[in-house]
Amino acid sequence: MTGRATKTIHVDTLARVEGEGSLYIKLVGERVADVKLKIYEPPRLFEAFLRGRHFSEAADITARICGICPIAYQMSAVHAIERALGVQINPQVRLLRRLFYCGEWIESHTLHVYMLHAPDFLGYADAIAMAKNHRAVVEKALRLKKIGNRIVQLLGGREIHPISAAVGGFYKVPTKRQLRELEDDLKWALEASLETVKWTAGLEFPDFEQDYEFVALRHPDEYPFNEGRLVSNRGLDIDTAEYEDHFAELHVKHSNALQSVVRGRGSYLVGPLARFNLNFDKLPETARQAAIDVRLQPPVKNVFRSIVVRAVELVFACAEALRVIREYEPPAAPRVEVHNRIGVGQAITEAPRGILYHRYALDDKGMIVTAKIVPPTSQNQKRIEDDLREYAAQLVAWPVEEATWKCEQAIRSYDPCISCATHFLKLIVDREKTDRRESDRQESKA
Amino acid sequence: MSSDPRHKPRIGVFKFASCDGCQLSLLDAEDELLSVAGAVEIAYFPEASRAMEKGPYDIGLVEGSITTHHDAQRIQEVRRQCRTLITIGACATAGGIQALRNWKDVDEFIRVVYATPQFISTLKLSTPIAEHVPVDFELRGCPINKHQLLELITATLAGRKANVPSYSVCLECKRKANVCIAVARGIPCLGPVTQAGCGALCPSYDRGCYGCYGPMESPNTTSMTSQFRILGQTDTQIARAFRGFNAWAWQFRKASEECERT
Repeated sequence: MTGRATKTIHVDTLARVEGEGSLYIKLVGERVADVKLKIYEPPRLFEAFLRGRHFSEAADITARICGICPIAYQMSAVHAIERALGVQINPQVRLLRRLFYCGEWIESHTLHVYMLHAPDFLGYADAIAMAKNHRAVVEKALRLKKIGNRIVQLLGGREIHPISAAVGGFYKVPTKRQLRELEDDLKWALEASLETVKWTAGLEFPDFEQDYEFVALRHPDEYPFNEGRLVSNRGLDIDTAEYEDHFAELHVKHSNALQSVVRGRGSYLVGPLARFNLNFDKLPETARQAAIDVRLQPPVKNVFRSIVVRAVELVFACAEALRVIREYEPPAAPRVEVHNRIGVGQAITEAPRGILYHRYALDDKGMIVTAKIVPPTSQNQKRIEDDLREYAAQLVAWPVEEATWKCEQAIRSYDPCISCATHFLKLIVDREKTDRRESDRQESKA
Repeated sequence: MSSDPRHKPRIGVFKFASCDGCQLSLLDAEDELLSVAGAVEIAYFPEASRAMEKGPYDIGLVEGSITTHHDAQRIQEVRRQCRTLITIGACATAGGIQALRNWKDVDEFIRVVYATPQFISTLKLSTPIAEHVPVDFELRGCPINKHQLLELITATLAGRKANVPSYSVCLECKRKANVCIAVARGIPCLGPVTQAGCGALCPSYDRGCYGCYGPMESPNTTSMTSQFRILGQTDTQIARAFRGFNAWAWQFRKASEECERT
């Protein structure tokens, strides 16, 4: 191949991500000329139609942005509105909300680790194909995932778009006994998660370290879910209400999702790697030890290793769920009374894929005047492009099919949820040699 | 479905404007997933697999509503590729929550969300799949009930009618022995006009049904509206109640527009 040869990696319809998008990479010789992560999920315009709805509807409506992490949307919505209305929730409700989030993390992380990401490491198209040779692994994954879903179902009525989250608390809270019934399953899940850490740590990782700005919540006493200051490894340390002063959203032509940047600095990374690197000291002993045992310690700078970090967070979520179940005492009322007042409230919570920002302005009748939502995937989107720019340079000599798969694997390290960011990832590998017509395109849309 | 017993029925899963939650229901069928995968060939399901086989498919499951010119064309091709086409969820069967644009100026909506509106191409309306192509079965719900989905797939493969009731949420409440929250506690509840399928979840969690399964087969929305008025709801509030995840379903649409006119 000559030094001037041009080739293009073009992944059309990126699989095993939530939503629709594509990847376009152009290589000229050894140089990466262009990287575009295109998101063509059709815009659904949530922030526009939330105006004129009542604050009590925000949790139900915004859950529909993402079927994979509806609880994240519900939690960011209720916390932002509670801040606008000056509501103090009951400490037991606070505990239950942590448990609710544990359920979503267990469900979502298990889905991602075993069904969306592990097949890349082992060379399978999907978990079903993987099950032919690794049936016990997939069966364990399904059981683990089901336990996460069981928590969500108990607290919220159903796994997808649960119906119980409310401003001020929940519509209905469980009894102590109902929670206790989860205990045996969760003990099993904790063991299964510890095995998951070992199993994922044994996978093979490409040698790819980057100098990331990690951004996550940090709370003085606990691994973060719903509260904390927003911090980074480059000195950011702000109240969540100041988010928009420090971050900007850019609208690029090739994508229906807005790309976030740290003002004055550029791309940043949110999600498991960021949380782990910034909150390692807040992990419970079991999770921290599990990480140390597989020589995983901050700072982890290889995004492919996020699969191991997710497994460590699974251990955390199971241990935390067990703690909540033991400490829980039903509150006197499922939710506190709330009163209308004019105000603005912001909240950031830790969705499985990273921080999710909501802001609402409310009028004196409790109606939403403006809404703003910044999902994790749009925050990671620019970072994914930056990674691919570096990573593609390493893949210049690889055959197109393998280079494509490697790029997909890199993208899936972020567990991008493109329906959140707005639709599906489209990855196209277009390798041009000296003749454009030699381009090797993969058209995989139906 | 095929005359050749060695041929496994091929399933394709297609996404339009949606949250991915309904197709996730397939992966959430943890107890059944591996047996389903043994009985059928999941030929096209990008959310779960990078092996994307070409059609035709025996069954196409379609999630999401039509909101772009591109998707309006794509659904035609999907229809051609699928022997039986099943729409899943409120977006595909009623236009979804994004159909709230249908009463508003979509260009203004885009200006609110995007800094550079000219980069965005979208239709004025969010419409259900059946407004574009013939649909063999519409499975309701936001999200769908995974047990209903499995029943529907099984029934379709067996060539029988699926047991998916079209009566109201009220029957599910009665069966669960729930005390009626509307009657006993005066909580506005769309249960009487909403199709069953969720298991009367909201009333079981002390809140009124918000209609996420869409209209039942013969909803008396006029009577529902007067009941809401008796419970002290204003017409604006009632219109908003009908204008949720199934706002564009014609019965709910008519009811909300009537409230706006009064």
